[in-house]
Amino acid sequence: MKFTGKVWKFRDDVNTDEIIPARYMNTSDPKELAKHTMEDIDKDFMKKMKPGDIIVGGKNFGCGSSREHAPICLKEAGVACVIAKSFARIFYRNSFNMGFSIVESQEAAEDIKEGDTVEVDLGNGVINNKTTDKAYKVAPYPKFMQELINAGGLMKYVQRQK
Amino acid sequence: MGMTITEKILAAHAGKKEVKPGELIWAKLDIVLGNDITAPIAISEFKNAGAKKVFDKDRVCLIPDHFTPNKDIKSAEQAKVLREFAREQKLKNYFEVGKMGVEHALLPEQGIVTAGDAIIGADSHTCTYGALGAFSTGVGSTDLAAAMISGKTWLKVPEAMKFVFKGKLSKWVTGKDLILHVIGDIGVDGALYRSMEFCGDTIENLSMEGRLSMCNMAIEAGGKNGIIAPDKITKEFLKGRSERKPVFFASDKDAKYVDVREYNAAKIEPTVSFPHLPSNARPLSKVGNVKIDQVVVGSCTNGRIEDMRLAAKIIKGKKVHSTVRMLVIPATQAVFMQMFKEGLTEIFVNAGAAVSTPTCGPCLGGHMGILAAGERAVATTNRNFVGRMGDPKSEVYLASPAIAAASAVTGKISGPEELH
Repeated sequence: MKFTGKVWKFRDDVNTDEIIPARYMNTSDPKELAKHTMEDIDKDFMKKMKPGDIIVGGKNFGCGSSREHAPICLKEAGVACVIAKSFARIFYRNSFNMGFSIVESQEAAEDIKEGDTVEVDLGNGVINNKTTDKAYKVAPYPKFMQELINAGGLMKYVQRQK
Repeated sequence: MGMTITEKILAAHAGKKEVKPGELIWAKLDIVLGNDITAPIAISEFKNAGAKKVFDKDRVCLIPDHFTPNKDIKSAEQAKVLREFAREQKLKNYFEVGKMGVEHALLPEQGIVTAGDAIIGADSHTCTYGALGAFSTGVGSTDLAAAMISGKTWLKVPEAMKFVFKGKLSKWVTGKDLILHVIGDIGVDGALYRSMEFCGDTIENLSMEGRLSMCNMAIEAGGKNGIIAPDKITKEFLKGRSERKPVFFASDKDAKYVDVREYNAAKIEPTVSFPHLPSNARPLSKVGNVKIDQVVVGSCTNGRIEDMRLAAKIIKGKKVHSTVRMLVIPATQAVFMQMFKEGLTEIFVNAGAAVSTPTCGPCLGGHMGILAAGERAVATTNRNFVGRMGDPKSEVYLASPAIAAASAVTGKISGPEELH
């Protein structure tokens, strides 16, 4: 998988209540939810971003609640992937289980600036910052996670096991 | 090589003699849990996968606690999804409004979760049950769907951190203050992916309510689970309550920890976490003059009977300050009933507080006490993120029921000593 998009940069510890405020949680309709993506951290985010754009966060991205609505929202909004220094545990799990791409890279998350154009090549494990022409190597996903992806997500994996 | 209590429970549920940190396992689950926000997505995935029956109708728990009693039409639709699924699957542990309580207060109280269990819940505060000596962690809706079908989940065995507390707690210091202090010490990702084991003579003397508050907030330090070795207090709590036979595990003397931290508990003050992260913890003496508009006593962190007793003791015979709204939300119907019996409800109402039926309500900015822009609340809840209790320009200060009740009287963040 390969994505190229413009970067929106966020700080450390972006929490799930900022990604999608809990007050909108009275529905699980992805389209309804996506209207409020990142609203409490940047109320104009949905006006500014274009499908295919990439989010770059700091450490502990997606901390807080276990609500899968957070990665659902980002995916539905059209965010191609999130690059961060580190991810909160449940957000990481949820993203994998539902097939939303996330990439952990301390160096890339530090260097990349808002507005840069970045190419993420998951197959080859490389992030290319096209604006600065700098490349970053990404550690491959653990073997089990690759099996989950190859199976088409957790639900398919579990069904196959039964 | 020795194992921690967490490793032992995981090994037992993976059918292995031993497990090591970093190892990926499939664990058999004793209980899987969802609520009115997370379960609708899981139920839809369950159906999309073509599944017909849950793996065990006695082990899947659905609790409509977040936006119930239904706050609006959309929430009513979500709660209906749970209700219909619970009926169709004949789930034993579905709790309708009127019997429902905040999930993480309800499950231990009803004896549905017990020592030695492995539990996942589609709610981040599922880590609460570690207080009983169980492995318990929060997951998302897809994990819940898969576990409802298979009764299993995949887990990475976490590295362990140990937090040793020594000494007698000062007056008005509770389990809540200890955990806020720890989060202030290590930060909101200080235990990321790790197990947090709490021990030492302070913990051995801490009530089950205090232990539940501590394990409840392990997630606020990024932890995978919080856990306390079961002992006499655990045994007493589980007696006549636990539906299944508890299994007591304990960490080996030579178990491996990536970090061991010692705290002189006698020196820990009542602690308040300032906006907008639980790690912005300050001792009460360094809080300064912070005027407030609302006080919330309740939630899965501090909505148990001991919390209600503590708040009532402080506010008894006094009045809620004229510029403050005080909300008291017992976490379960049993807590509510006990409050009536002990005259606590009367104390709160006489003081000018609103007492409500159990709900997560304001904790996540759902309903029942939302803040306007610029307003501040002292809450016994677990998160103070931007907009957590209402407008993104409102503020939440996390504290114990003692601080919350005293603050309701003075109209600013205060300790009970300031009332004399």
